[in-house]
Amino acid sequence: MDRKTNTSTLMRKTLMALTGLFLCFFLVIHLLGNLQLLLPAEQAKESFNGYSQLLSGNIFIKIISYVLYASIIIHGVDALVITLKNKKTAGKYAMDGRAATSKWYSRNMGILGTLILIFLVFHFKDFWYQYKFGTLPMDEFGHKDLYTIVIAAYQDWWYVLFYVLSMFALGYHLLHGFFSAARSLGLYHPKYVSWVRNFGKIYSYVITFGFAIIPIYVYLTQHVVWN
Amino acid sequence: MKIYLKIWRQTDAGTPGKLVDYELDNVIPHMSFLEMMDTLNEQLILSGDRPVEFDHDCREGICGQCGMMINGRAHGPVQHLTTCQLHMREFKDGDTIYIEPFRGAAFPVKRDLRVDRSAFDRIIQAGGFVSVNTGQAPEANGIPITHEQAESAFDSAACIGCGACVATCKNSSAALFTSAKIAHLVKLPQGKMESEKRVLSMVAQMDLEDFGHCTNTEACEVECPQSISVLNIARMNWEYTLSKVLKK
Repeated sequence: MDRKTNTSTLMRKTLMALTGLFLCFFLVIHLLGNLQLLLPAEQAKESFNGYSQLLSGNIFIKIISYVLYASIIIHGVDALVITLKNKKTAGKYAMDGRAATSKWYSRNMGILGTLILIFLVFHFKDFWYQYKFGTLPMDEFGHKDLYTIVIAAYQDWWYVLFYVLSMFALGYHLLHGFFSAARSLGLYHPKYVSWVRNFGKIYSYVITFGFAIIPIYVYLTQHVVWN
Repeated sequence: MKIYLKIWRQTDAGTPGKLVDYELDNVIPHMSFLEMMDTLNEQLILSGDRPVEFDHDCREGICGQCGMMINGRAHGPVQHLTTCQLHMREFKDGDTIYIEPFRGAAFPVKRDLRVDRSAFDRIIQAGGFVSVNTGQAPEANGIPITHEQAESAFDSAACIGCGACVATCKNSSAALFTSAKIAHLVKLPQGKMESEKRVLSMVAQMDLEDFGHCTNTEACEVECPQSISVLNIARMNWEYTLSKVLKK
C-alpha cells in the first residue's frame, strides 16, 4: 500500500482492468457501427450518416461518451503510474534471456498502448473533431456527411497502411489485455479462465480484422463523390 | 568440457559490482551446476582469490535456497528447475555462461550471487499463518475437508520461496509468491476464517517491500521450480477485491 496515495499495486491493476474492459465493450459497438461502411455506396452513405446523427443527438450516448473519454484518460494515466513504478522495482541483467518465458506482446503493453494513443490522436482529429467542431457538407437527407469524409480519408495508401498497422498494435494489445483484465479482476476458476482466454483470442481477431478490413475495402472500391 | 564463465562479483551491498571472467577446464557433463561452482571455488581458493559466494542448502531441489540468473534465465535454461538440479549436460563444450544474482529492488545483493530475500519473510510474517492456540493436537478428522481441496491447497503450499518468480518478472513482482500463500490458506477451513485480514496485510507488506505490479506475463509460472500456477494470483486478486469491498 502506497501511504501517500492510499492505493496498492492490486488496486491500480483493477482500475486498468475495469477501464480496459469498458474500452473492449466500446470497440464492439464501434465496429458494428463501422461495418455499415461495407454496404453498397449509396446505402452506406445514408445508413452511416443517419447512424452518426442518431448517436450525436442521444443523451444516453452522450453520457456513455463521457465515460469513454474518462476511461481512455484513466487507462492511460494509470498505465503511466504503473510503468514508472515498475521501472523502479525491476531488476536489470547484463545478459537477459527472459524473453523465452513470456509472449513479447505481454511484455510490451506500454509500447503497444502508446502506439494506440498516437493513432487515437489522428483518429480523433480526423473524424471526431471534424464531426463535432468542423464544418461538414450535408448529404441529401440533411445529415452531416461524415461518410464522404471517411471515404476521402481512405484514398491515400499511406493513411490506410497507418490504420491497418495501428489495428495490429490494438490487436496484440487486446490479445494480452482481455485475458489479463479477467485475471486482475480475480477470475481464477480453471474452466472459465480457459474460456475467457479463448474468447479473448477470438475477440481480438474479430476486432483487429474487422476494423482493418474497412479502410482496405474503401481504398480498393470506393471513390469520393462530393455533393 | 571447457566452460567460460562471466560471474557477478560484488564485495558488499554498498560497493558496485561487475562481471568477472573465469575459465574452467575439466567440467564433467554429469556435474550439477553447483558442483561446477564448487570446482571453480576450489580453483579460486588454491590461487588465493576470494571464492564466489552463493546461497545453497539441500541441493536436492526442495529448500529454495539456491538461485542464480544463468544466461539471463532464473535457475538456468530448463523450466521448473532449481539451480542445484541443473546439470552441466545442458551446456556445450566451449560455452560462455553468464551468472548473475536474482535482481529486483526488493532483493538487494549482499555479496556476489547472494541476495537478501528477507522481504519474503516479512510478507509471510504479515499474515501467512493461521492463528491457533497451542495445546493438545486437535483430532485430525474434526474438520471436514475433501481430498481434492487438500490437494489443491497443497499445490499452492508447495512454494519453496526461492525468488525465481521475482527474478524473472519484468516488474520484479512478488505476486506469485504472495498469492501462493494467500491461496494455500484460503483453501483450508482453518485459514479461511482470517482470509480477509490476511490478504489485505500481506498485499500491503508486499507493496511496502518495493515489489512491482503483476502484469500477467506468466513468466513466473514457467520458471517456478514447483510449477505454482498463476491462477493463485487471480485468486489473490479476487480475495483482495472482495476484502476491500466487504471491509467495515
